Amino acid sequence: MNIPADLKYTESHEWVRAEADGTVTVGITEFAQDALGDIVFVELPKVGASFGAGDDAAVVESVKAASDIYAPIAGEIIAVNDDVVNAPESINSDAYAAWLFKIKPADAGAIDGLLDAAAYGKTTDH
Amino acid sequence: MTLKATPLNNAHRAAGARMVDFGGWDMPVNYGSQIEEHHAVRTDVGMFDVAHMCVVDIKGDNVRAFLRGLLANNVDKLQVSGKALYSCMLNPQGYVIDDLIVYFINESWFRLVVNAGTAEKDVAWMQQQNRATNSGLTITQRRDGASAMALIAVQGPNARAKVWQVIPESQAVSAEIKPFNVAFAHSAVFGEAMIARTGYTGEDGFEIGVAAEQAEALWNALAAAGVKPAGLGARDTLRLEAGMNLYGQDMDETVNPLDAGLAWTIDLVSERDFIGKAALQSMGQNAQFVGLILREKGGVLRAHQKVIVAGTEATGEITSGTFSPTMQQAIALARVPMNVAVGDTVHVEIRDKKLAASVVKLPFVRNGKILAV
Repeated sequence: MNIPADLKYTESHEWVRAEADGTVTVGITEFAQDALGDIVFVELPKVGASFGAGDDAAVVESVKAASDIYAPIAGEIIAVNDDVVNAPESINSDAYAAWLFKIKPADAGAIDGLLDAAAYGKTTDH
Repeated sequence: MTLKATPLNNAHRAAGARMVDFGGWDMPVNYGSQIEEHHAVRTDVGMFDVAHMCVVDIKGDNVRAFLRGLLANNVDKLQVSGKALYSCMLNPQGYVIDDLIVYFINESWFRLVVNAGTAEKDVAWMQQQNRATNSGLTITQRRDGASAMALIAVQGPNARAKVWQVIPESQAVSAEIKPFNVAFAHSAVFGEAMIARTGYTGEDGFEIGVAAEQAEALWNALAAAGVKPAGLGARDTLRLEAGMNLYGQDMDETVNPLDAGLAWTIDLVSERDFIGKAALQSMGQNAQFVGLILREKGGVLRAHQKVIVAGTEATGEITSGTFSPTMQQAIALARVPMNVAVGDTVHVEIRDKKLAASVVKLPFVRNGKILAV
């Protein structure tokens, strides 16, 4: 299973990328898209909305099931990816390219508390 | 708990299937893409491992009389050897113990195919009725033990041709049989084979029964002939588009079958008595079973979502819902109040929203064509 080393992760299978401008980009992992199966619907938060870490921020639905996507860290939504709303299956094709939303962190250091690739890999081992 | 496995378990794993616990059975949910498997069945041919389902043979003097009392549908509709019938088996309270297909082979042998999760309960109930009515019949499950059979469903517009290619001996006996009929073939390679023109997808095809030890060889031969393995995920979207009920989801021992779209299978008119009849007559029908198509963006229809009907306090409930790969829309089966009519707009609660949905007649899709719009 593909787990890029340059990203951070949550136990609920979001990936998080720290951008140069201090914002973070969030998507769901390869493991998550594989478990969900064919994705057919994505609902994203509103730009400007604020979330605490672990709050429901988005919904991804596959043919099989609906799954909540959580804000990995606290902050404000500054952008959402409308392309995945129009083409939900793009998450199945490339989970790390099909980002969902970008957050301006309330606390710049919060991302350091997330899992690294090795630690996340251990949570997906069966 | 150890999961039960069908004789095809190794074949699924070799094909890279994603396996799930399906009511205690280790079964394939897909082999990569559920949607591709769905389309294969609608447009070409796919196959399903349905060996978790259970063949039950009932043999003895006057099996017909026993089944007249046991089943809600009327086995007197079966007058020609090979004919099959869909029926519910009800408890005395009028609720559904299981739904099944009964095949008429001869007056001293009828074959039933029952659901996986209910098989043990079903056979125990049949044995109890056999004793209570002093019928003296032999009731044998064919899923475990020395006489175990395995079922493979080959479905799709090209299904019959593929089966004839892989089991050439089956063509002569099954080419002329109509839907909902069964024939038997003797295959030099796979032994005795039951060839039933039945299925759970809304497409043409066969359900094939062979001795359990032949199942993997038959599965591999079908795959080599170009039949695409399809998992339980596709099986569910196909049957939902076809407007077919799923036991445990659309009806069970708490649901009046008249409220679950099964009135067409229940004969309350003839004088024949059957288990559950009196209870059904006193309950009557209090809800109707319809199709819904979601008309607004905002999610996918799912089981247990509430259906709101304008002008009435009574609400309905979705019993099965999904995203239809054929229609590219969210669709559902739902139990709704009696005053709802086909063509009406209702609203479905999805998370914090109330989204408009149209009420349509079932099925949504049959033989590759979209019927409900």
